[in-house]
Amino acid sequence: MAETVETPQVEPAEESPVLTEDPLTQPAATPGEWLRANLFSTWYNALFTVVFGAFLGYAFFRLLLFVFVTANWEIVRVNLTTFMVGRFPRGELYRAWVAIGLVSAVSGLGVGVAARRRGRANRVALLRMAAPGIVFVAVLLALTSTATPALMVALSALVALGSRTVGMRLPPRVGRYMPILYVATVFGAYAAFSAGSPMTYNNFQGLLLNVFLAIAAITLCFPFGVLLALGRRSTFPAVRLVCVGYIELIRGVPLITLLLMGATMLGFFVPAGMTRPGQVTRALVAFVLFAGAYVAEDVRGGLQSIPPGQVEAAKAIGLSPLKTTLLIVLPQALRNVIPALVGQFISLTKDTVLVAIIGLTDVLRVARAVTSQPQFAGQGLQAETLLFTGFLLWSICFTMSRASQRLEKRLGVGMR
Amino acid sequence: MAGGGEQTAVRQTRPPPWRDVRIIRVVAQVVFLVAVFFFLRFLFTTLMTNMRASGLPTGFAFLDQPTGFDIRGADDFRPSQPIRDALLVGYANTIRVAAIGIALATVVGVLLGIARLSTNWLVRKAAAVYVEAIRNTPVLLIIAFMYFAVVLAALPGIADAVNVFGAMILSTRGIWMVWGEATQPLGPFLAVLGVGLAVAVALGVWRTRLWDETGTPHHRVLWGAGALLLIGGVGYVALGAPIEVTLPTREGRLVTGGIELQPTYGALLAGLVIYTASHIAEIVRGSILAVPKGQTEAAQAIALSGFQRMRYVILPQAARIAVPPVASQYLNLTKNSSLAIFVGYVELTRVTFTAIGNANPAPQLVAILALGYLTLSLFISAIANVVNRSLALKAR
Repeated sequence: MAETVETPQVEPAEESPVLTEDPLTQPAATPGEWLRANLFSTWYNALFTVVFGAFLGYAFFRLLLFVFVTANWEIVRVNLTTFMVGRFPRGELYRAWVAIGLVSAVSGLGVGVAARRRGRANRVALLRMAAPGIVFVAVLLALTSTATPALMVALSALVALGSRTVGMRLPPRVGRYMPILYVATVFGAYAAFSAGSPMTYNNFQGLLLNVFLAIAAITLCFPFGVLLALGRRSTFPAVRLVCVGYIELIRGVPLITLLLMGATMLGFFVPAGMTRPGQVTRALVAFVLFAGAYVAEDVRGGLQSIPPGQVEAAKAIGLSPLKTTLLIVLPQALRNVIPALVGQFISLTKDTVLVAIIGLTDVLRVARAVTSQPQFAGQGLQAETLLFTGFLLWSICFTMSRASQRLEKRLGVGMR
Repeated sequence: MAGGGEQTAVRQTRPPPWRDVRIIRVVAQVVFLVAVFFFLRFLFTTLMTNMRASGLPTGFAFLDQPTGFDIRGADDFRPSQPIRDALLVGYANTIRVAAIGIALATVVGVLLGIARLSTNWLVRKAAAVYVEAIRNTPVLLIIAFMYFAVVLAALPGIADAVNVFGAMILSTRGIWMVWGEATQPLGPFLAVLGVGLAVAVALGVWRTRLWDETGTPHHRVLWGAGALLLIGGVGYVALGAPIEVTLPTREGRLVTGGIELQPTYGALLAGLVIYTASHIAEIVRGSILAVPKGQTEAAQAIALSGFQRMRYVILPQAARIAVPPVASQYLNLTKNSSLAIFVGYVELTRVTFTAIGNANPAPQLVAILALGYLTLSLFISAIANVVNRSLALKAR
């Protein structure tokens, strides 16, 4: 469920400050010295290292034994497509590859344009960020039984590399229009799935449903949350009251309550004669209503960090209140809270598996359902399917969190 | 003429009403409130019309109707009891998960947070891997894994249950633990314990005052705990052992003695603790790092040991930074306990939606559900605020 840290977010500091040694002042430690300092500094430390190390080694051994020997990954192998897209018509799967190709092309272009503007990114840092994603693709490819996915991934990689080269040759001012292109890509990817077919998002299943819900909810809850935050900081007491009431009410109840309400009660609020919205729409509405309140609190933190002099200066040069908010206050406020917002979006992505509870066939529900297939029933393969599902979501969220750390560093939040 | 000029001047400072900011502000807010009011009224009337059309009651009288379903784990609850009682049983179960979960998650989280800053490379890395792996995994998935893959698949059936040193029996049917059982009404013994506690607090206060005045080492925990143990022990013997330890014993498929934990409860609790602890660990780590380095150096300069440095210098200051975000994790854990619905532990959310499934009116029940969680959230926030205020830097 959504994590919020209302108060000064603790700055994530460097990895291990206790042992950060300045390479200029201290001579490089030999392996023996390193071992002594880090593992065997005192007798009880040494004893602890041995005992704890033995325990860890055993646990790691059992894990490896499970993953590579005892686990029966056949259930994932057979149902891999179902995990990804549920019962999406198998003849229409090319749509997924079109969408992936489109996203690869635009990301490649984005990387190229960014490289042109800011100089090449640090290779190691980039790899560190992309590592979970690469492992994600590698694991999926290792589990496929046909050659198509591998070919398609190779093709997408080539497309991405090609468009990166194109991006690096474009004039730098193109960078200004990239956000528009990104939004267009989201719509384009959705169109690739549903254009000219009855497969609208209400029929999406598997990981596709989770990804769709995450992207759609993030896109919609962001403007909603910003509006709520502005309302909470409004000079109109009536507006403030309504916004505070809404935010605190939503933050006090669990997300599952809203989802179940959407599933069981939304019909009550639709006048007779109007068509009832589909189940995915209802879940999406619940996610947006819920996440909006949390985004609002993060944005409010950013708004509060803007010195009043900024607004006064804007007034002095004759900007209207609307222009002051849009051009002066919001850009600075949002930059300050990017880490908190990304954290919020990560929890939203994690929370998309909650739709399994209200009966939507998302990746978690697929994981539960495939274990009762005739050829796998009664074999206790829950660990395999749930671990695989966990890995899928973990690698997506971990990549997001690494990306946010990078962004944070680049924007120099807290340093200006 | 001069008076007329003054009047124009006054008229110029007061623009016409439709351009007067003060009037526009009031009108805009009234329009906004009216719009919100009509929107809510529209929702409410639609709700009422639809509920009447589907024949659902619009009042709260249904709370006195018989529940009509069993609650797993609540042996003294009968389906003939009113829905009111079922909701209360569910609420008690929610609180049971939240309270114990918060306590366990705090202990595990603080230990992990400190472990992430250990000077021992192995401990540091192991804690880091744990936190990074768990923090980015959905909590529902962890709970589902604990139940479907650990409790249901890895534990043995009741017929060949695992017995841990006679103190714990593990099986898919349930988990039994060593527990205390009252052999007589507990009133007198609790009274003795109360007296013991009062004496312990009084001794603690006295030792603290003595320490303030003369500098004698206070040892207040030792004095207080000693007094409590002594009085409690004497009372226990004098009253003829009012509480006896019961060990769970299994005969065939029947387990007697000890306390039974439902497998769903165990899985839910484990999942919540594993997940929340990883978040608390990050907060603790950040808070410890946020304590200025000079504090550590000063503590080293006055020759405090590693433990003393943590206990008396670093942790008290880190706690000040950590309390608000940790409190928000407590709120999350409490709200996440509603995910029990996925594994079938019967708490407030589960009771509410089972009742809705039994053709009880959803809007009223959901309102009660929201109220239940809001109350719990406010309660936790209130405690966090008190703690926060007592830890806040006293500016003198």
